[in-house]
Amino acid sequence: MSKKVLIVDDEPNILMSLDFLMKKNGYEVFVGRNGQEALDIINKENVDLVVLDIMMPEVDGYEVCEYIRATPSLAHIKVIFLSAKVKESEIEKGYAIGADHYMTKPFSTRELVKKVKELT
Amino acid sequence: MVAEWVVIVCTFGYLLTLFGLGWLSEQLRKRGVNLANNPYVYALSLSVFCTAWTYYGSVGRAAMGGYDFLTIYLGPTLMAPLMWLVVRKMVRISKVEKISSLADLISSRYGKSITLGILVTIFSILGVLPYIALQLKAIGSSYQLLSGPSIFESMSQSSLIVNDSLFYMTLGLSAFIIIFGTRTIETAGSHTGLLTVISFEAIVKLVVFLIIGVFVSFFVFDGFGDIFTRVQTNVELNSLLSFGQNTGNDHWFLMVVLSMMAILFLPRQFQVAVVENNNEHHLKTAMWLFPLYLLVINLFVFPVAFGGRLAFFDTTVMGDSFMLAFPLSFDQNGLALLGYIGGFSAATSMMILSTFALSTMFTNNLLMPVLAQSEQFSNTNLSKLMIYGRRAAIMVILLLAYLYNRYVVSDVPLVSIGLISFVAVAQFAPATLGGLFWKGGTKRGAISGLVIGFIMWFYTLVVPNLIATGLLPQSLLDTGLLGTGLLKPHSFLGLEAFEPIIHGMFWSLFFNSGLYFMVSLFSTQTSKEWNQAELYVDIYKYSVDYEDKVAWKGKAYVSDIRKLLQRILGVQRTDELLKSFTVRYGSTWEKQQTADSRLVNFAERVLAGAIGTGSARIMISNIVKEDEISLEEVYSILKESQQMMELNKELTLKSRQLRQAKEELELANARLKKLDVQKDDFISTVTHELKTPLTSIRAFSEILFDNDDLSIEERSEFLETIVKETERMSRLISQVLDLEKLESGEQRIELAPLSLAEVIRHAVSATNFDGRHLTMDLPEGTLRIAGDEDRLQQVLLNLLSNAIKHTSDSTGTIIIAVAQQEEYWRVAVKDNGRGIDGENQERIFQRFFQARDQTRKKPLGTGLGLAITKRIVELHGGEIWVDSIPGRGSSFYFTLPMSHELEKLESGV
Repeated sequence: MSKKVLIVDDEPNILMSLDFLMKKNGYEVFVGRNGQEALDIINKENVDLVVLDIMMPEVDGYEVCEYIRATPSLAHIKVIFLSAKVKESEIEKGYAIGADHYMTKPFSTRELVKKVKELT
Repeated sequence: MVAEWVVIVCTFGYLLTLFGLGWLSEQLRKRGVNLANNPYVYALSLSVFCTAWTYYGSVGRAAMGGYDFLTIYLGPTLMAPLMWLVVRKMVRISKVEKISSLADLISSRYGKSITLGILVTIFSILGVLPYIALQLKAIGSSYQLLSGPSIFESMSQSSLIVNDSLFYMTLGLSAFIIIFGTRTIETAGSHTGLLTVISFEAIVKLVVFLIIGVFVSFFVFDGFGDIFTRVQTNVELNSLLSFGQNTGNDHWFLMVVLSMMAILFLPRQFQVAVVENNNEHHLKTAMWLFPLYLLVINLFVFPVAFGGRLAFFDTTVMGDSFMLAFPLSFDQNGLALLGYIGGFSAATSMMILSTFALSTMFTNNLLMPVLAQSEQFSNTNLSKLMIYGRRAAIMVILLLAYLYNRYVVSDVPLVSIGLISFVAVAQFAPATLGGLFWKGGTKRGAISGLVIGFIMWFYTLVVPNLIATGLLPQSLLDTGLLGTGLLKPHSFLGLEAFEPIIHGMFWSLFFNSGLYFMVSLFSTQTSKEWNQAELYVDIYKYSVDYEDKVAWKGKAYVSDIRKLLQRILGVQRTDELLKSFTVRYGSTWEKQQTADSRLVNFAERVLAGAIGTGSARIMISNIVKEDEISLEEVYSILKESQQMMELNKELTLKSRQLRQAKEELELANARLKKLDVQKDDFISTVTHELKTPLTSIRAFSEILFDNDDLSIEERSEFLETIVKETERMSRLISQVLDLEKLESGEQRIELAPLSLAEVIRHAVSATNFDGRHLTMDLPEGTLRIAGDEDRLQQVLLNLLSNAIKHTSDSTGTIIIAVAQQEEYWRVAVKDNGRGIDGENQERIFQRFFQARDQTRKKPLGTGLGLAITKRIVELHGGEIWVDSIPGRGSSFYFTLPMSHELEKLESGV
């Protein structure tokens, strides 16, 4: 059975590219266009990994990650931040919250696929 | 009768006793025992108030049914509790200022005014001289009564003065006063002999009065009850018992007031109560002992008076002589002699102190100021001169009194003489009491009040007496001055309610106090007056370390001061005083050439004690070359402080300006920092916005590169996305640059005459509305404005594309309307899209603010469009804003000035 991957971003074109990439590599893909949609999917589908943008209106990526890490039943979910934020402090914050990996935009598709495979 | 030589021997024997007593007490004082420094001696001395007038006159008055003599003692009794308030203050001031008389007290209060000192002295002498004469008269008549052949026959006066025993008694008294009163010229609180004698006489007159009273009441009659019963049963005499016939209550009240003033301002009372006071606490004893004394001495007045009326009914014996007539008519010659001595003591104590006080005033406030100012006397020994002057004054006053008695008194009603004196001294009340309790009293006020008071006193009380002696025509009394009825001496201004004494008292005090207060209110004090007023009124505050506190300006040599003191006080006394000064303040002054202010003030006060404050001031200022603080100096001091104030003001202004500049700098700095932060934000936002398309471009490029097996559809979709994202990036970059140019002012708006209507139509034709319904509502005409055509196109296109973005193809409605708003054209672009909530209506014009709605596809805008639009409108001098109801649509409005720039342009062409 294929692993379930959730992609969260407010930029439609990025979602489109990631959707293609993950499906191409055999994952079952869910798409969230903001933090709230992401939380809904996480609670409904038993996802294995979340590719998470940070800067989103209302519920942002940090909050989604915090929710995952604070919920024991979701402890197994891997989190990869995919953000345009490149500052050292921001990256540190991402890991501190509980991310398994932090990748900056624009990202390398090969690297991302490699990382997702490692974590699932 | 008593043999004349016996009376003479007794009289001089009594005088010798006084001498001996005086001498003894002075000897005791040298050994350190000061009899005068005793509360009982002090209190008894105050009884100098009770003169021969009390001794003989009260009985006489009561015998005639006049009870008003009681008021003379009621006033002082009422005054006793107030002594702590008034007399204590006067005592304190007198000690500090070395006051030697009432004249001194008043002159010192009003800036040490010589004029006031002279006025008070003259008025005192004029006022009191008849009173002294009255005492001589009492002595004379009692002497005659005693040595005359019968009490029922009056003896004629000796035709020659050399044969008149009274003349020799007068001389004897002068000698006594001179010996005990003028041995040193310092006057304040040092006349032990005098005071001892006065208090001894107080006991003598009281005891003798009581003995006679007891004799009359219990030996002649059978006690008080017997006397009163007999009077009551006597048809002709029982009217005596009805109280206060022919006198009203106001009369009583004013008499009480008058005697209250007398106890304060009679020269002899001031002398014992204030000048001779050694300790303020003696007042406490006096406050009860003195009223008690008055009560006791009046105890037998009624029994003797009524007894006399009964005993000497239908005889020529007058009430004034009852005190002696009783023992004489019962052949008690010893008792009669004793009674005579009692009266003599009452008379002499008054004469001694009055004469003494008046002579002090005369030398210190009249003679000395004249001498001190005269060049002629600058080298004489003033000390000797002062003593001789005072001795001469004593002789002259007593002799004048003798002459007054011999030639004037006999023609004047006896009773009124004492009261006329009371009214005279009451004139000092406004200036003195005002001076003690009111800082506003001025010298001019005091002089005006005193002068008018004495003129009224003289006119209403003395003139009628002069008329009685025939010196002035009777018509003056009947028809008034110059025949003016309103100016009648006994009913001035038509006032007829009072008897003469009260009438005179009323008018003189009315004008006196009225003028004192009015003139004081409208005249100003000199700095010296102000100083003294402050000192007098607040004496309890200033009386400690007085020498240190007085501001004094000037320069004096120690040697000059020493010389001056020696001239007036003698070498020995000067040395003693300077020694005491050294003890108090150290000996540094001896080594210095110039005296400091303490020494000068000390010297002035010591001199004041000897020659009066006014004279002392003159003497001191002669050697000190004291600089009165002149008006110019005051001005220059004021000017200096004014300059300081201005300088200070300038400094304050400067520092305020500095503070303001600092605040402005801080503000500018904060603005810069904020701008810096904004710039950083802007850059990071731009970077982020650029990264988003870049991310997509890279992702799709890599996908295309890595996946050869993509379908044609997928391939073309991905490639299209890449192209769109590339366009988005270029648009973003060009808009960022555009905005940057507009904001930095690098890009100028090129204003040219334009038709707004044309600009709008052009923009509409360039827009693809995709089926949305468009309404245009433009006014007639070309709508001329001044503007940059391309930029205004940009504004309209931007607003139209926003409207299209937020509306759907089929139901979308867009309205473009232009209306006039004051001097502006207002352009509205309305849509029926989803609208903008209130909080975002302001923020949409900020850079990179996009009202995001996640349920829709993200708009294609860069987030800079409205910011650029706003900037362009503002550069045209207009405004832009939005009205929106969420869910119903938005209306964007912007204004453009109608024509003023245009007119400028056209006129330029």
